[in-house]
Amino acid sequence: MGRLARREALECYLFISLAVAGFLIFQAGPIGVSAFLSLTNSELVGTPAWVGLRNYSAMLHDPLFWQSLKVTVTYAVVAVPLGLALSLLVALLMNQNVRGISVFRTVYYLPSVISGVAVAVLWRWILNPEFGILNLLLGYLRIDGPNWLLDRQWALPSLILMSLWGIGGSMMIYLAGLQGIPTHLYEAVEIDGGGMWDKFAHVTIPMISPVVFFNLVTGIIWTFQEFTRVYVMTQGGPSNATLFYGLYLYRNAFRYFQMGYASALAWVLLLIILAMTLMLFRTSQLWVYYEGSVEKA
Amino acid sequence: MSVSMLPATWRLGRSRSRLLLRIVVYLALISGGIVIMIPFFWMISTSLKKQWDVYAFPPVWIPNPPQWQNYAQALTVYPFHLYFLNTLRITVLTCLGTTLSSSLAAYGFARLRAPGRDVIFMVLLSTMMLPYAVTMVPLFMLFNSLHWVNTFLPLIVPHFFGNVFYIFLLRQFFLTIPTELEQAARIDGCSSLMIYRRIILPLSVPALATVAIFQFMDSWNDFLGPLIYLSDEAKRTVALALAYFQGSAKIGPQMHLMMAVAFVVLIPELLLFFFAQRLFIQGIVFTGVKG
Repeated sequence: MGRLARREALECYLFISLAVAGFLIFQAGPIGVSAFLSLTNSELVGTPAWVGLRNYSAMLHDPLFWQSLKVTVTYAVVAVPLGLALSLLVALLMNQNVRGISVFRTVYYLPSVISGVAVAVLWRWILNPEFGILNLLLGYLRIDGPNWLLDRQWALPSLILMSLWGIGGSMMIYLAGLQGIPTHLYEAVEIDGGGMWDKFAHVTIPMISPVVFFNLVTGIIWTFQEFTRVYVMTQGGPSNATLFYGLYLYRNAFRYFQMGYASALAWVLLLIILAMTLMLFRTSQLWVYYEGSVEKA
Repeated sequence: MSVSMLPATWRLGRSRSRLLLRIVVYLALISGGIVIMIPFFWMISTSLKKQWDVYAFPPVWIPNPPQWQNYAQALTVYPFHLYFLNTLRITVLTCLGTTLSSSLAAYGFARLRAPGRDVIFMVLLSTMMLPYAVTMVPLFMLFNSLHWVNTFLPLIVPHFFGNVFYIFLLRQFFLTIPTELEQAARIDGCSSLMIYRRIILPLSVPALATVAIFQFMDSWNDFLGPLIYLSDEAKRTVALALAYFQGSAKIGPQMHLMMAVAFVVLIPELLLFFFAQRLFIQGIVFTGVKG
């Protein structure tokens, strides 16, 4: 290697050194420690003892673990596809060359940008059975609204309903994807005498499928990390009906200080996410269409 | 163009169904938009009501006169000015830290050749999917042993070591900058650091701003971090304070005050969104289409 090349390499390493150090200190190191902790009975204070795979086998007999898994999977299976379908629908409407699209875009996108405790607090008030606006409006339609977050049957559907408010993010991604579809494809369908449905089924859907796939994967990963909303709105209740995986893990770590068990939960979470992502990627060949060339955003 | 070749009657029927479609599209978009705005209306309306009007039936939709003093009252029940200051400090520092450190690494990955560089980049990228839950417990133990618990440091310092997602985003942006400028500068004897400072950064203001905005939203809304690390009442962030406010005995179920605080917490985010919407859109579109 020449003097200049060596100098360039050295500079490169210097430029990326902070990021690499950060990776080692805040990612790789903790991952290793977490794996180790999951095999101990660590409780934050005192020296942890080696327990082998006992944390993992304890999970099998832990009803709350299964409950949190059930809640999370149910939510992922219902809320994620529902949100994907609705945001695609809105994006399709908005892509119809509408006037004032920037106003619509702003309005629909806005709720997905803001998040956190303020939004959770607001929705808790919206969903208040007696004085919340949702049941007040339903009352005008002579519908006796349910107790929403306070009802075991309705608590999870309430959160799913709330999540639809924030579909603007995936809508924007769809919209960008839709606008990237070359018009000559639609013209080709027209020449072949195809109507709107043919355009949708044979051009839009195949061309947009990679974006659907991206939104699906990120949506599911995100569901498994759901925390702030449930912590603020339901605390996992009533009777654990909204005990999301992330919340249960947090409780074990920072309420019961079962660091060993919490680490084991985290590792199972990691494995679940890995397995699901791999599975989605494998099956994606069946339903995701990738164009040969990389197209411009 | 193809339409003009069709028989006239056909065209008419077609344009009529087009018109109908337009009407349906507008109706759907407008009614959807109204539904989306209802929560905001409800928040602001509640925040301006007299306490007993909050629970009145039939409901008071538009409080008359609006109770502006609710805001003053809500923000002084607890020292919210302190919480805003805390949050602002954390947010500004994390924005600075992550923009600086991520852009440094991104420049290295985008422009400087070194053995193993691309392998390192792939390894870093692979952590993008890592759930925070896996590192949460060991990091807490690390910061605990450094006596950083109950300080802002655990919420700030990690952001000075770059963020994979932002590094990726900036690297892609840097790759679009033509290399001629850099080569000219190099011939004039500029070092890589100078090129980074004098050429790359000034040309990348929109991308850097996108990163800063994303980080701002992230830190401003962060709840889990402050919940784990901040136990002192005086050290709370607005998100944490709002959550405690909800279950606080000091105010009880006073929804008008809750909503006033929630709205004030949202204001910086709303302002940022309205003034920098383009950057938000670029950022999110970039994530989805290229990511």
